[in-house]
Amino acid sequence: MKTLAVAQGVAWRTLHNVFTNPSLLIPSIVFPLFFFTAFAGGLSRVQNVPGFGFPDGYTAFQFVFVLLQSAAFGGVFTGFGIARDFESGFARRLLLAAPHRSGIVLGYGVAALARWAVTVSVLTAVAFAVGMHVGGSGVDLFGLYALGLILNVAALLWACGVAMRFRTMQAGPVMQMPVFLVLFFAPVYVPLSLLQGWIHGVAVVNPLTRVIEAGRGFLAGSPTEVGVAFGAAVALVLGFSLWALRGLRKAEAAG
Amino acid sequence: MHAFADQVYLLARRSVVRTARQPANVISPLLFPMLLLAVNAGGLKAETRLPGFPTTSFVAFALAVPFIQGALFATMNAGTDLARDIQTGFLNRLTLTPMRRLAVLGGQLGGVVTMGLVQAVVYLSVGLAVGVHVKAGPLGILVLLVFAVFVALGFGAVGALAALRTGSGEAVQGLFPVFFVFLFISSMNIPRNLMEITWFRDVATANPVSYLLECVRSLVITGWDGEALALGFGITAAITVISLAFASWALKVRMAR
Repeated sequence: MKTLAVAQGVAWRTLHNVFTNPSLLIPSIVFPLFFFTAFAGGLSRVQNVPGFGFPDGYTAFQFVFVLLQSAAFGGVFTGFGIARDFESGFARRLLLAAPHRSGIVLGYGVAALARWAVTVSVLTAVAFAVGMHVGGSGVDLFGLYALGLILNVAALLWACGVAMRFRTMQAGPVMQMPVFLVLFFAPVYVPLSLLQGWIHGVAVVNPLTRVIEAGRGFLAGSPTEVGVAFGAAVALVLGFSLWALRGLRKAEAAG
Repeated sequence: MHAFADQVYLLARRSVVRTARQPANVISPLLFPMLLLAVNAGGLKAETRLPGFPTTSFVAFALAVPFIQGALFATMNAGTDLARDIQTGFLNRLTLTPMRRLAVLGGQLGGVVTMGLVQAVVYLSVGLAVGVHVKAGPLGILVLLVFAVFVALGFGAVGALAALRTGSGEAVQGLFPVFFVFLFISSMNIPRNLMEITWFRDVATANPVSYLLECVRSLVITGWDGEALALGFGITAAITVISLAFASWALKVRMAR
């Protein structure tokens, strides 16, 4: 019960900070829209490459990537807030005041989810407004958004672990760059089968490739590799949970 | 004239040393554009199979992007350094000396121009190492380097203008996403004639960054294309002259305060 109370307090404060500060709120909403515009608008001709074979068009193809990217970066942006809380000294006071400190991580996680819910709502509304075609049913779409949700939590836990170890905003690139790289070393612009050379080799072993390909399968109404994708996403959450909780212990030990 | 050259030299040397002493200012402009090139060259290689794509090598097509992306970093570096000089009071102390406004600006941009040249050499070397052949030959490489320096100067002047108007390094950094939008909504990843969505093609056509990219691309892929070169150099010259004029005016206003 005490853990939930701590989580509620941390989540409310984080969300209040984000939603009352345009400089924090606007980039997290605008950036996914910008990527969606640049990729779906500029590169739509790529769907004519022989062997592309995604039935719902390039807008839908890129929507899935941008949705999952927004989920991952929603988690990372919340990690920036954790680092800021340590820099300002608030997090140390929080560690003193919280009876169950794992509630702190839970609270940041809830805030990351709520924050992403707003971003993905806007992104989805824009995608439908520009005429995105969806082949999947409601259940398929639920699968897509569930993957995004799990990825959001995984990214938050990763960023949280980094923030609690470094306890400074200067760790921002350490939180951001690996996520950026893992996302872009997946099949971003074309399906996996059309990737060639070294990037194909990297994409095959990249766990996010399964998540993105399954997401695209959900949107097209022909789910593929669902078990592997959810397995990979949940494994990321479990691994980064340990990473975040050990980070919390390090922050506690640092005083 | 001799005194003016001395003033520019002293400030330019300070600017170069200061840039070289900040690893983040040296490594980021070299590493991130190369990383984006690697990612895009791998991911978008299939695009070369589209009918009408100008080359069979996507790396050759995309090599233009680091040149312009590196210039964006130059904008940020020039602006942030000048903003720091404003915040620390260095610029105020300069106003007490007989230094001329143009010398202050020229000197401040010295580090950016040097970094622009280093970046261009690195990008070009990486491109040549992975098998890109510059169609315009050795003279084309020279023109490419001159263009890169010119672009760094122009964008650096934009950064200096932003710093002089706002006086805040944070405000200058805040401009980065805006410049990034210009880069992404251009012919960065696909030639304009192959863009399917009409409004996107129109925006890319109106976007000056498209012509800067196409200027570099023409030397690498096409050879000597007078129109592409004229547009690239013309737009860069316009950006440089306008930004320097406004930056000079902004410096006058700030020095008078």
